[in-house]
Amino acid sequence: MKYSYYPGCTLRNKAKALDDYARASALALGFELEEISEWQCCGGVYPLGSDEIATKLSSVRALNAAKEKGQDLVTLCSACHHVIKRVNDDMKNVEDIRTRANNYMALEEPYAGETTVLHFLEVLRDRVGFDRLKEKVVHPFTGKRIGAYYGCLLLRPGRILEFDNPENPRIMEDFIRAIGAEPVLYPYRNECCGGYVSLKEAELAKGMCDKIHKSASGFGADMLITACPLCMYNLNKSQTGGLPVYYFTELLARALGVCEACGNSREEDGEVTSL
Amino acid sequence: MTAQKKQAEQIKEISGVNPLKCMKCGKCSASCPSYNEMDIKPHQFVSYVINEDIEALVHSKSLWKCLSCFACIERCPRDVKPGKLIDAARQLVVRKKGGDYLSPDEMAQLLDPEIPQQLLVSAFRRYRR
Repeated sequence: MKYSYYPGCTLRNKAKALDDYARASALALGFELEEISEWQCCGGVYPLGSDEIATKLSSVRALNAAKEKGQDLVTLCSACHHVIKRVNDDMKNVEDIRTRANNYMALEEPYAGETTVLHFLEVLRDRVGFDRLKEKVVHPFTGKRIGAYYGCLLLRPGRILEFDNPENPRIMEDFIRAIGAEPVLYPYRNECCGGYVSLKEAELAKGMCDKIHKSASGFGADMLITACPLCMYNLNKSQTGGLPVYYFTELLARALGVCEACGNSREEDGEVTSL
Repeated sequence: MTAQKKQAEQIKEISGVNPLKCMKCGKCSASCPSYNEMDIKPHQFVSYVINEDIEALVHSKSLWKCLSCFACIERCPRDVKPGKLIDAARQLVVRKKGGDYLSPDEMAQLLDPEIPQQLLVSAFRRYRR
């Protein structure tokens, strides 16, 4: 099975590991991520103003590229997923945006939200299946207690993201079970890490991440997993919590035994040998 | 039309929100992770738009404390979307010449080697036009 794949700016740079581990894991699980050619940055945040058009066009281009190939579009970064999924909803359901965006695009056939957008975790749950994933695990994380950190962007607004129950999600916990570990439920798993305010209001974001770390470690987590490079950055800035934070794809690749296939395995650096 | 009334109309137009649907339950403020940092709280923000008191909103520090985490939007039982109103007020400020909250000149002080590209593009999108 081949999917169109939108990595996004950060997965080419600071979060290259998130991307490498995902690609290697995908191959091991029998599907391929075919990167869209000449994709453009999604902008990181969904433009909330209902009169915004230009800021949505990079997403429309990615969505249309997948449509032209007849493939579903897979995302990995929470922010890219959020932006592209919401722009797709606009293109499907908001006539004014659809018309004006298509005026810019001047495509042979107008784009009207035809592409299915899937987060990598949704591919694992809905296409691969967590049961099948479990069968492929060669290095289970037996005995590890892992806290899923969802943050905001994958879950809300639930009516549009349709990712999971926004108040009581379970997809990441099911993932954690599939790789042989024990999920730790804690109240702050879908609270915000501070997001982009950490640039100018570092203390505000730090306070929020302290609460997340404290909440997760209080419920007995050994580590946190995330799908978002910005959550990862903010959580690592918190000094009081001290829980290690991993991209979920890193744990996936290690469980599947395909870490060697990743160009920049941190295992070689001895960083994750304690896992 | 007074300037304030005009700005209130702009906020409603940019956000696509009808603030009159609000029933003052306060769930938005109860859900807001930035509540303690905000001078005008999310539920009050809605009332300020209804009362066309826009001067206070465009000078409010709440504009820069909102995380766009969508907790208020998710939990509003009347679908008022306070976060969209706050963003629309922010747009009134940053779309004006000189209204930027973030300038490339400050970047040298703000950067650290770990910053993900995502943070920079997101902040520029929210704080600057």
